[in-house]
Amino acid sequence: MRYLPLTDADRQAMLATIGTSSIDDLFVDVPEVARLAGPIADLPGHASELAVERHMTRLAKKNLAAGEVPFFLGCGAYRHHIPASVDHIIQRGEFLTSYTPYQPEIAQGTLQALFEFQTQVARLYGCDVANASMYDGSTACWEAIVMARRVTRRGKAILSAGLHPHYVSLCRTMARFTGDALDIALPDLTPGAPGDDLARLLDVVDGGTSCVVVQNPNILGHVADLSELAARCHQHGALLIAVVTEPVSLGAICSPGEMGADIVVGEGQSLGVGLQFGGPYVGLFACAEKYVRQMPGRLAGVTSDGDGRRGFVLTLSTREQHIRREKATSNICTNSGLCALAFSVHLTLLGETGLRRLAALNHHGAVAAADRLARLPGVELLNRSFFNEFTLNLPREAQPVVRALADKDILGGIPLGRLYPGVDRLANGLVVAVTETTRVEDVEALADALEAELAA
Amino acid sequence: MSMNSEGRVTRPETHETSGVSETFTGNRALMLEEALIFERSDYARTGVDLPDVPAAGTRFGGLDRTRPIGLPGLPEPEAVRHYTRLSRQNYAIDLGIFPLGSCTMKHNPRLNEKMARLPGFADIHPLAPVGTVQGALAVIDELAEWLLALTGMHGVAMSPKAGAHGELCGLLAIRAAHDATGSDRSVILVPESAHGTNPATAAFCGYAVENIPATAAGRVDVAALMARLGPDVAGVMITNPNTCGLFEREMKTISDAVHAAGAYVYCDGANFNAIVGRVRPGDLGIDAMHINLHKTFSTPHGGGGPGSGPVVLSRALSPFGPLPFVAKQADGSFRLIEEETAGDEHPGSFGRMSAFHGQMGMFTRALAYILSHGADGLRQVSADAVLNANYVLRSLDGVLDAPFGSSGPCMHEALFSDEGLAQGFTTLDIAKGLIDEGFHPMTMYFPLVVHGAMLIEPTETEGKATLDQFIGALRSVAMRAKNGDPALKAAPVLAPRRRLDETAAARKPVLVWKEARLDEAAE
Repeated sequence: MRYLPLTDADRQAMLATIGTSSIDDLFVDVPEVARLAGPIADLPGHASELAVERHMTRLAKKNLAAGEVPFFLGCGAYRHHIPASVDHIIQRGEFLTSYTPYQPEIAQGTLQALFEFQTQVARLYGCDVANASMYDGSTACWEAIVMARRVTRRGKAILSAGLHPHYVSLCRTMARFTGDALDIALPDLTPGAPGDDLARLLDVVDGGTSCVVVQNPNILGHVADLSELAARCHQHGALLIAVVTEPVSLGAICSPGEMGADIVVGEGQSLGVGLQFGGPYVGLFACAEKYVRQMPGRLAGVTSDGDGRRGFVLTLSTREQHIRREKATSNICTNSGLCALAFSVHLTLLGETGLRRLAALNHHGAVAAADRLARLPGVELLNRSFFNEFTLNLPREAQPVVRALADKDILGGIPLGRLYPGVDRLANGLVVAVTETTRVEDVEALADALEAELAA
Repeated sequence: MSMNSEGRVTRPETHETSGVSETFTGNRALMLEEALIFERSDYARTGVDLPDVPAAGTRFGGLDRTRPIGLPGLPEPEAVRHYTRLSRQNYAIDLGIFPLGSCTMKHNPRLNEKMARLPGFADIHPLAPVGTVQGALAVIDELAEWLLALTGMHGVAMSPKAGAHGELCGLLAIRAAHDATGSDRSVILVPESAHGTNPATAAFCGYAVENIPATAAGRVDVAALMARLGPDVAGVMITNPNTCGLFEREMKTISDAVHAAGAYVYCDGANFNAIVGRVRPGDLGIDAMHINLHKTFSTPHGGGGPGSGPVVLSRALSPFGPLPFVAKQADGSFRLIEEETAGDEHPGSFGRMSAFHGQMGMFTRALAYILSHGADGLRQVSADAVLNANYVLRSLDGVLDAPFGSSGPCMHEALFSDEGLAQGFTTLDIAKGLIDEGFHPMTMYFPLVVHGAMLIEPTETEGKATLDQFIGALRSVAMRAKNGDPALKAAPVLAPRRRLDETAAARKPVLVWKEARLDEAAE
């Protein structure tokens, strides 16, 4: 077997050193009844590289890859072009096949990269500090709510109607067991500002609130100024948690930190990490410096070595599960290190100049597409302000329309019926995302197909 | 000397400097120093070609970003060189044995990387119409079937994103199961040798945690556990094989007693590599167990993730598993069960625990690995993993103290203590000495039940010659520690850095780059 270097002669020699005659003797502690006599029945045996490759390729071909068709899906996962050198770097064995940097003297590469990542994330989000990543945006969002509970010693979180419904769903799951109270609302297809519930949030935040959680741009693409909400939260001693599912947007619009958010979390997938059917992604987590000891997750920090040279280590580990056990700030152990590296490499290649251009390009394309689609009979563009994603109100239910478009090999957006099943007043909504990978002819193809489908 | 709560030294002791002659650059031949991107570049440079777009006519509601962000850019040649230089300061499996106990650092086949990058897997959106992602759902289903067959369990939740996230999944299922019967049991029992994630997870989902002691032979104290079972105990978390590298012989007895007391058994599956293809946890009465695909099934650790932690569930817990999941239809096609249909088809679900479907990129890698080995190969995996660990254990007889060495063979990892080292010499010194020998050290100071623990997990992908060299190096370093060789206290002297001051890092944390503050920290 190609991954097993021991020969039978090696095995015999090693058994002799151990002082036993068979492998089975080594499993003597396993009760006889629980030991399987041979390979599990009805499962295939080993396969060559060629055979595995054929099998996997056959399955891959049953999927419609985004790059092959006009593609307009977003809502928390975005298709951007990733420079070839990003994948080359993360496939270097020294990054790919290393572990959490517990031995810093021989893990400076990972540690320095994480320190650079933390700095990039903190600056992008407009916060003082960031951690070394979380699993994804949704889990980072819940961790932020738990952190706000620790900081404020209050148990009520108010979630904006514009927060990604799957993030809300995760929070409901957790809150059911932790006893946190959640104030949740569904979005409205308000013309001009879909999903915007700032007025409600300003109204309900009070002295019992631990945090208000707002996504910007929100699930329907709307961009809002969070400054007033931040001030109101602070008046009541509550924290403002901002969620960003599209980090490229921060190349063009104000960061949540600049608008006063105390904790900013989000999904980093857009930079360096492909769509991959939803994972692995990379959760970003940043906050004000005064809360750093309440943060979850790994942190890389600066120190010096025995010769006085600068070096990096994992630090503040007394917050973490391997030291604090049940008193830890989180149970997280593994984070998303390699995806964080990909994010950081992509952002280093872009630099400030590149990120700003990329963001402008996304917005420019989205504006053109929005105006084009808004001209279709019966189709209404709901957003007055947006980044690279906007919501259309169709004259009929969007989910069957999207399926019909998919049959014509056009992935035309995400119908709100998929995200909010059973909510009739949202059923006609269609969220359309446009990035630098979207061509003018793709938009034309979508416009033509949508027009034809709606006329049918 | 500063210590953390594990009793591990966190500040280097004073010692002679390394005496390596200084160079103009600070470089030493192939060992290259590398500045931070913030020191190397400015905010005007970029490594991508993108057109300028007119800034006029934006629709940001007046929120246009005007202030600088502070993100340096590097042209491609410099970016590639920056990260390549950084990479060379890392140890990795590709360079040699990485014997971290409990971490299962085995070879990562490159076929898996290639398969995960097929556009049909890498370039599909999680919310794409289900009809356009049938191949992805087939991969999830095929991997799920393998995991069920290998564990003898009833159901599997694929969405957990890492081992600790899998633990969370299992405990949420246990809580949901108790809730369904109106039970408000509030306590989870955890052996004191458990991974820190176990008690942290139990607390994270609202349980009180109580520790169960270990016996002198390194196993769960079954009598103490049974005595504690009662109407307030919701479940027990057990690692099997355990963190001392031993199989819990009484596992089935424990499970039966836990079930009789109305509670559930969670198994930490971090050590599944020891028994894959030979023992099915379902036969031992387990109700839930996470499987670290990044351990047993060889998806890369990536310097700290991403992981993937599917959870296999018993018949009793399966109805409570998370959304979404894949269901196979009679015609061979696949459906996703999400919130839309869950009410009819999976009403007991505790809900969603991550935004999408889990770590698809890890599923393709793990499936490619499993298909490569097949049922026969996986059985050989556990055989060779256990053989290698026992070979290390016995080859160090008389050199290092193995506190449970007389309990019989170990499983996939060998555990030693710091007993017998010279006064003032510690496990940390042995670890740092191994670095100079060109090896990544073993897991240190874990499990907590052994003083100065050294936990060595070679895995099955190391050959005998590699093991012999590692054993020789460890023997040499251990003898230096036993003989009190003062030079060992200065190790490592040959690595990119000497011992680093963790105490200073934690006292005045510098977590992001700011020029002035870095200078202070380096003082």
